[in-house]
Amino acid sequence: MDRVKDLASKKAAVIFTKSSCCMCHSIKQLFYELGASPAVYELDNDSSYGREMEWALKGLGCNPSVPAVFIGGKFVGSSKDVISLHVDGSLKQMLMDAKAIWF
Amino acid sequence: MGSRIRVGVEDEKGAQRGMPSFNSELPISNSCYTEGNAIDTFHVSDFGAFGQSYRLEDAVDLSGNPDSVFNSLKVSGQTISPGPVRISALDKLPTSLDNSPLTNQTQLYRLRLTKLQSSNLGSGTILSGHTENQEESVMADASPRTDISTDVDTDDKNQRFDQNQSLVAVGSDSSDRSKDKSDQKTLRRLAQNREAARKSRLRKKAYVQQLESSRLKLTQLEQELQRARQQGVFISSSGEQTHSLSGNGAMQFDAEYARWLEEQNRQINELRAAVNSHASDTELRMIVDGILAHYDEIFRLKGVAAKADVFHLLSGMWKTPAERCFLWLGGFRSSELLKLLVSQLEPLTEQQLMGITNLQQSSQQAEDALSQGMEALQQSLAETLSTGAPSSSGSSGNVANYMGQMAMAMGKLGTLEGFIRQADNLRQQTLQQMHRILTTRQSARALLAIHDYFSRLRALSSLWLARPRD
Repeated sequence: MDRVKDLASKKAAVIFTKSSCCMCHSIKQLFYELGASPAVYELDNDSSYGREMEWALKGLGCNPSVPAVFIGGKFVGSSKDVISLHVDGSLKQMLMDAKAIWF
Repeated sequence: MGSRIRVGVEDEKGAQRGMPSFNSELPISNSCYTEGNAIDTFHVSDFGAFGQSYRLEDAVDLSGNPDSVFNSLKVSGQTISPGPVRISALDKLPTSLDNSPLTNQTQLYRLRLTKLQSSNLGSGTILSGHTENQEESVMADASPRTDISTDVDTDDKNQRFDQNQSLVAVGSDSSDRSKDKSDQKTLRRLAQNREAARKSRLRKKAYVQQLESSRLKLTQLEQELQRARQQGVFISSSGEQTHSLSGNGAMQFDAEYARWLEEQNRQINELRAAVNSHASDTELRMIVDGILAHYDEIFRLKGVAAKADVFHLLSGMWKTPAERCFLWLGGFRSSELLKLLVSQLEPLTEQQLMGITNLQQSSQQAEDALSQGMEALQQSLAETLSTGAPSSSGSSGNVANYMGQMAMAMGKLGTLEGFIRQADNLRQQTLQQMHRILTTRQSARALLAIHDYFSRLRALSSLWLARPRD
């Protein structure tokens, strides 16, 4: 958990993914489309902390555990939340507030 | 045992009573007597020989030779006192048989008798009445008599029973009326047994017929299933489905969708009437909210169907052909819909226009993102299935490779459900956001426009399918 929080606070937009997860790919693309450059951490490539972090994300209520999005250090949610927020314009606003994007 | 064969031919008119009176309703095997006809039966206890009476018939020759009958009676070693036996009645028998109004049946009856005789000639020896046999047979006969009458399977036994009854015509006893009463009862009981046996047989026949038709139906259904399977419809053959979408998920969803469409039509008509009649905003809002809630319902149903059969949803087979043309991830493209709506929703305020434009852009971006995710999935799946370079470790290694590949590919396919879910989520969110941006009246018009668009697509599909081909 600590590690997750730690990594999430390091950058304005952070996404935890798995290399095999294609939905993670979609969410990443969405962020790129918006002009953000999120930090991407692949849990399956982190041999030491990967499983632990996945546990922590699940504990946060992220289901499925990936993709897990943090903006401004705060947990936003999984793909469903991200899309919902994107549709009503909140995602963009959050990114702007966190200085992940400028316009 | 000096007993009398009372075969119930008691008086003159009994000559006819005495003989089997044939009830045309009963099948021939029961034709020996009918209820209420005073062919008195003989008491089992009276003559043990008749315990083996179903063998005795072998010797009974009703075809008209009274002498042989009488002789066969004698063979039984019991003092079947022939005293009261009215051979005369027997004399009458053949003629009365002939004169019976039911001549056909009597002839059939006779035929059966002769048949049985010829087949069972050998068993005539049983008529050597051993005492033990006699007693056993007395006991045994008490029930077999009723058993026989209710036995539905063995025609043979019925025949024997018939033969049994034929003996009643052998002799007669005209005295002792009090015994007649109980004989009557027994007769009636036997008649009822007969009737029950007949009914039982009829029931069995009906049941068998039912089974046959069910079997036919089953093969028909199996054929249909086979055909549907070939068309790629997912048919779940496992019996272990415990959630609500038991059985065929695709078919169930199709049915639910059809119902949903009907309800939507109804709601839209209601909305149209309200708009045309310039109903109040409150009323409009109620109907609009209802329609949006109804959309929520189809997305919920699709979610359930995605779990059961994601490929059915992806295929779009639940939609009409023209709609399928525009299919994206198992449904419509929100961005396309909004593009169509903008022109119809005017006049819009600046803010509204911006809102709708942004919404259109957002939905487009989300659609693109999801599309790219799907492409990545396809690529990944292709890679998984194509890495099959024969390893040098031999066949077992290949099999392990193969299994591993399949396992991975299965996992990837599982993520399809997630994509459909998010696509539907996008559609749902778009509709709701649109409703938020627009006024109630505008929302109403938007919903009507959306419905009209899709119903025109559906109509186009029908026209297309029905078009004349050369």
